[in-house]
Amino acid sequence: MKKLEKKDSFASRLLGSDGAVSVLVVLLGFVVGTILVALVGRNPLNMYKAIFQSLTGYNIDNGKMNVRYIGETLNYTVPFVLCGLSMAFAARTGLFNIGGEGQYIVGLTVAQVIALLGPQVVGIHWVLAILGAILIGALWGGLVGLLKAKYEVSEVVSTIMLNYVALYLSRIICLQLPGATTYKTANYPTTALLNNALFQKLTNNSMLNNGFYLMFISIIVYWFIMEKTNLGFGLRATGFNKEAARCSGIPVVKSIAISMAIAGAFAGLAGGIVALGSFRYGRVLSGMDNYGFNGIAVALIGNNTALGNLLAGFLFGMLKNAQALMQSKQIPKEITFIIQGLIVVFIALRSAIAIYLDWLNKRQLQKEVISK
Amino acid sequence: MSALLKMIPSVLMIVSPILITAIGGMICEKSGVVNIALEGLMGLGACAAASAHFFMESSGMGVSSIYLALAIGAGIGLLFSLIHAVAAINLNADQTISGTGINLLADGVTIFVAQILFSADRTREFQMGMQTDALGIYPTAYIAFIVVFLAWFVLYKLPFGMHLRACGEHPHAADSVGINVRKIRYIAVLTSGLLAGLAGGCIVLTQTIQYTSNTINGRGFIALAAVSFGRWRPAGVTFAAFLFGTAQAFTIIANNFPALRVLPTEVFNILPYLITLIALVAFSGKDYAPRANGKPYFKGAS
Repeated sequence: MKKLEKKDSFASRLLGSDGAVSVLVVLLGFVVGTILVALVGRNPLNMYKAIFQSLTGYNIDNGKMNVRYIGETLNYTVPFVLCGLSMAFAARTGLFNIGGEGQYIVGLTVAQVIALLGPQVVGIHWVLAILGAILIGALWGGLVGLLKAKYEVSEVVSTIMLNYVALYLSRIICLQLPGATTYKTANYPTTALLNNALFQKLTNNSMLNNGFYLMFISIIVYWFIMEKTNLGFGLRATGFNKEAARCSGIPVVKSIAISMAIAGAFAGLAGGIVALGSFRYGRVLSGMDNYGFNGIAVALIGNNTALGNLLAGFLFGMLKNAQALMQSKQIPKEITFIIQGLIVVFIALRSAIAIYLDWLNKRQLQKEVISK
Repeated sequence: MSALLKMIPSVLMIVSPILITAIGGMICEKSGVVNIALEGLMGLGACAAASAHFFMESSGMGVSSIYLALAIGAGIGLLFSLIHAVAAINLNADQTISGTGINLLADGVTIFVAQILFSADRTREFQMGMQTDALGIYPTAYIAFIVVFLAWFVLYKLPFGMHLRACGEHPHAADSVGINVRKIRYIAVLTSGLLAGLAGGCIVLTQTIQYTSNTINGRGFIALAAVSFGRWRPAGVTFAAFLFGTAQAFTIIANNFPALRVLPTEVFNILPYLITLIALVAFSGKDYAPRANGKPYFKGAS
């Protein structure tokens, strides 16, 4: 039998690579967003000026430079990346974690409680608060995994329910904290803060804090667990084919629970970092912060890889920091939400590529058969 | 007792939109497509209805403006559910991803439109919303009951309904006897979009005077929960919607009951979600969901 020679065209090779498709999808989201801005009679150039300023700190209009914007962008990046890791970790095991938001909220809440009531020891206080946030996030996520593994409750429904349970529970708890009004609590003691004097000096007093280090540690932990440990191998195997994994002796039930717990830990950490890094007081949440939901988009763009998550999270952080700048340039800041939503929709439509490539292969085969 | 009777209109006001949305979600899942975009579609419908009503009211259209606004809301819901339909049915996309995408998109689009039309992060207040009848009940309650009845009748009494359910249970079997699976799923997804949009309009025209980013506040997800909690049956979904709606109504009416006033209102907010979770665990083991729910249908493959 003669081996069929496969001559991949440039297009099919491009569409076969996950990374390239992600870049394409992001570009497409920006193109449609730009058209939309132009359609409603605003100048799309202003949108890009705002994004450029949040990326480099350089204001094109008056030529002034302020590194503070870079610091803020990096600071916004942290929760996006961590919530992305949360979604990605579960996705690798074949689970869809819409509960990042809830896990983020419980992490935020516990961090606030420990910050206000914990022992005010330098160097230990904030560590305790962050550990508390990670732990509660892991419990909150692990609960979902347990329900899924033991009772076959769909993680999509249960995580959505737990998001709202978390939100209202957080309100009940935070309203009891010292100095609580309808929207905030008393200021934290300084021992609970994550602020980093070096970062503040470098970035002209931005809010960038120790959470930045924690983000990088998390990325490495994610990569290490997934790629270098038996646990990660079992989780990935479960994600590829649950039955096959079960037959090869991988404890699938345990894998699902552990995977959701680790996913929850990442999101809980994000909550802790935002609570202690970006604010000087505890917040009584009136709605979702949406980092958890956007984490889904981050993981989808990043193809559930460590590096992809970092880049996608940075993109989202940049857009979030650009929002206020856009608003001041008469561009409704919601355009960033639209672009993010479009990107996710386009990722869903990505399955069209598989259909197209399939069709392309079939046609090529047809041609070859006919030419013989 | 009379205090409980007085509650009925406000319970109905809160239940109706949840019920309408949940019935749409149920129809959609019965055909085999999961639609977690209900939340976003409600928001889009609500924003469209609020904006349309504001403009038509200020041009002096009177009562007909309200119903036209509802229709516009429903139309917008239908339009955006088309994205989900194409993704889920034609392109075999992951339905959770496309639903999430629409939810994120809706957050942006609604407020973006408000920023363009009204230069604010909310639509401008309209003067007069929907009016109650002699019993103090909003017309939305009657709309909801008509929707439930129609859904039950079509799903269980007409051949079309049987075909639709067949597509959700075993699309290959349905296909083999000549049912057009894609067409039926299209109709189901678009219906759910239409009803979610309509329900969004109902919320904004009865419960507030403008659309803000907090108008829907998770009601679409409550409706989604009502579908599972009601075990994919019209009567069950109606019961679930009432249960959840009453729990929500309690946040408003708890003030009338001294015994309940000591509890924070958030306790009532949590109830629908907690009940659903407990119910899902308690009734686990037996699967009530349509068997092909959420799975793309590949023609020819088995």
